[in-house]
Amino acid sequence: MFNLNKEAKLAYTMLIPTISIVFLIILFPIFGNFWLSFKEVKLGDLRAPQPIIKEKLKTKDIEPGDDILIEYRFKNSSQKKPIFNIEINDKISEFISPVEIAEGCSVNNNLLSCYFEEWKPKYNEKIIFKFKANDNFEINNFNPKESKPRGAADADNILTNLKFSLKNFQKILQKNETIENIKVTFLYSFFATIGALLLGISAALLLEKNFLGKGFFRGLFLFPFVSPVIAVAFTWVYILDPFKGFLNNYLLNNEFISEPIFFLGLKKVDFLGFDFPFTLFIVILFESWRYFPLAFLFILARLQAIPKDLYEASDIDGATRIQQFFYITLPQLLGVISLLFILRFIWNFNKFEDIFLLTGGNAGTRTLTVQVYDEAFALSNMGTASSVAVLIFILLAIFVFIHQKIAPKDIEE
Amino acid sequence: MTKNIYQFFFIYLYSIITLFLLAIIGDFVSISIFISKNIFIYKNIFLYSLLYAISFFAIRIIITNRVSNIFIFVISLALSYFFLINKEINTYQLLIIISVFIAFNLLLQKYFTTKNFSNFLFEVSFLKFLKTNSLIFFSFIIIFPFYLMFVSSLKSQMVLLQNPTDLSIPFFYSISDFFSSYIAVITQYNFLNFAINSTIVSFVTVFVSLFFSIPGAYAVARLRFAGRSKISSSILVIYMVPAIVLVIPLYVIFSQLGFRNSLFSLMIVYPATTIPVALYMLQGYFKGIPYELEESALIDGCSRIGVILRITLPLSVPAILSVSLYVFMIAWNEFLFAFMFLDNQEYFTIPRGLYTQLDDQEVPRQYLMAGSVMITVPVLLLFFLFERYLVGGLTAGSVKG
Repeated sequence: MFNLNKEAKLAYTMLIPTISIVFLIILFPIFGNFWLSFKEVKLGDLRAPQPIIKEKLKTKDIEPGDDILIEYRFKNSSQKKPIFNIEINDKISEFISPVEIAEGCSVNNNLLSCYFEEWKPKYNEKIIFKFKANDNFEINNFNPKESKPRGAADADNILTNLKFSLKNFQKILQKNETIENIKVTFLYSFFATIGALLLGISAALLLEKNFLGKGFFRGLFLFPFVSPVIAVAFTWVYILDPFKGFLNNYLLNNEFISEPIFFLGLKKVDFLGFDFPFTLFIVILFESWRYFPLAFLFILARLQAIPKDLYEASDIDGATRIQQFFYITLPQLLGVISLLFILRFIWNFNKFEDIFLLTGGNAGTRTLTVQVYDEAFALSNMGTASSVAVLIFILLAIFVFIHQKIAPKDIEE
Repeated sequence: MTKNIYQFFFIYLYSIITLFLLAIIGDFVSISIFISKNIFIYKNIFLYSLLYAISFFAIRIIITNRVSNIFIFVISLALSYFFLINKEINTYQLLIIISVFIAFNLLLQKYFTTKNFSNFLFEVSFLKFLKTNSLIFFSFIIIFPFYLMFVSSLKSQMVLLQNPTDLSIPFFYSISDFFSSYIAVITQYNFLNFAINSTIVSFVTVFVSLFFSIPGAYAVARLRFAGRSKISSSILVIYMVPAIVLVIPLYVIFSQLGFRNSLFSLMIVYPATTIPVALYMLQGYFKGIPYELEESALIDGCSRIGVILRITLPLSVPAILSVSLYVFMIAWNEFLFAFMFLDNQEYFTIPRGLYTQLDDQEVPRQYLMAGSVMITVPVLLLFFLFERYLVGGLTAGSVKG
């Protein structure tokens, strides 16, 4: 019993770093996302409102005994929110003494301190303080700006207060765009997954048997997957460019087409009487190209584990290769294919970079993840962005739940 | 009769496939080695295929079971002629085309001239042929973008604009012209600085992530404690959490704490996203190490930490290597967090720098391609050097992408 406790204690100690970083950087932000989605936070709200104080000397050519006017400018940095309990401190020169100063201010030991209860939003006022130059006044040593006035205030921080509202969800659900985006996200995730799986299965079938150079091809087939997304996305954008791109020029030279095709900027194409989402299709092709290696790798591993006597037996029975594929290979692969399907589907659902880099979400390819980005940084609304992210999270939670229910317990081959 | 139609259909189908493929590949080989002119006419490709299939089939049936080499030569020349009609090409290109066709016909002969002309064998040979072609096709769609990226990065602006279909490597440039885009990218666009940042962030990510996940993986794999199964099953669920859900709150929190615009912010986010999968991969490997080794050391009086350091770690070097490589690649390729968090140019990683500095219509495309080559080459180099480990790691870890 003692031994077990010791072991458990050691295990917990070893897991603490992992658990704490996962908690801080993953679980806590998920909670934070839900928190933000119920708050109307704008990008500008991230900087807390604070008092801004500036001073300016108004009098010139001061002699001992003269009045000195110093203008203080008080400003609330926020356009929308008041600040409270403003305290201001400023060191003033020892050569001057106060004559007339604003209400709420006092001077003590060359220290000007003020206190205000509340500054309204957009508060911006210039107040002139009157000082008198002492007898020992020396113009050369006098510099009212030598110390910067400091201000501190309390403000209602929208990020931490306990006011919640459902307005963000209302806003995003009222947008027609959101429903359209959900549709696009589903189409994109589904067909990109299917495309990657089909390419992956074909590639795996090609490399099933051993032959000279198999290792080379296996390495080559993984290229699109291991390369940085930004490099391959930009390369494809360049290839598909309507004017400078390779593909359009090649097709034009061969007279396949008479004018350039906007591969990444054509929302709808009339195809046999219905609107075919052309750019979405191109993006799906790109995704299939980029992610088939993963499917390929898993399916290849599974293919090589299929017992050979199944094929031998069917050969004797006179089955054709096509029949063998549909009646032996495919059923054997079904487990790994369904697992890959759900994983790839979830990952495609989460994908942001690929579409963002290819089209920026234009031409009918705006998925929910791109919408999150647009809400947050194009519309500067963190609140609605989080609520879209919550939408994604909820949809994903459903998929993960399904995955947990139907997937085999062990993912490893 | 139906048998013949069936076979003819297959030959036709496959003439189309092959002619298309050969035309494209031949074209690309030609425009990448010689002048930038496409040499094939695609318009009548279906007609050519039909002609080809008919002649092949007729001779195949009427004259002999084996197609003679003379026939192959003749038909190659004929096809080359059809294809090249009205095209100005030079001798080298002509040689290439003719050899491409001869190779094609020899392949055809190899697959379609079985003595026993049964449907079954026919299907087998068709599939075999399809396989060869598909291999060419796959290699082509993978190599082509990378090749184009590389070639464009070497060209001058004028050549690129004049002839975008020119795929030849400009060997006749002087050395400084040859690498002029790379020099420009490094000197004008600060790429060296980005590369240093990327390297620092990636290495720190690898070390932190190993430092955290090795003990965690060992605990999950070997030690008995309450909640062990919960932890090991929640690892993968955590791995499913989309980055886009994390990025907004992290942006807010990091802005408030004041370390958003820094490399440090990446150095804590990247490990956090890679630790779950590193832990998962490592614990799978640790479980595979025979427990008797550790047990005997424990009985001999070695402490747990001693066992980990002296037995488990030395035995799992391949797994640690594959995890490190994998984590390094994730950190090196990562775009989203770098894009959201970094504002100052001095902190940019390569993907971030590439996006802001070079993805601009004002910036010549060859610079963008040179930047892309610079970010891709280290990854592909690592990948080729350690492919064996990585492939193992990718399959074992059910890797995200």
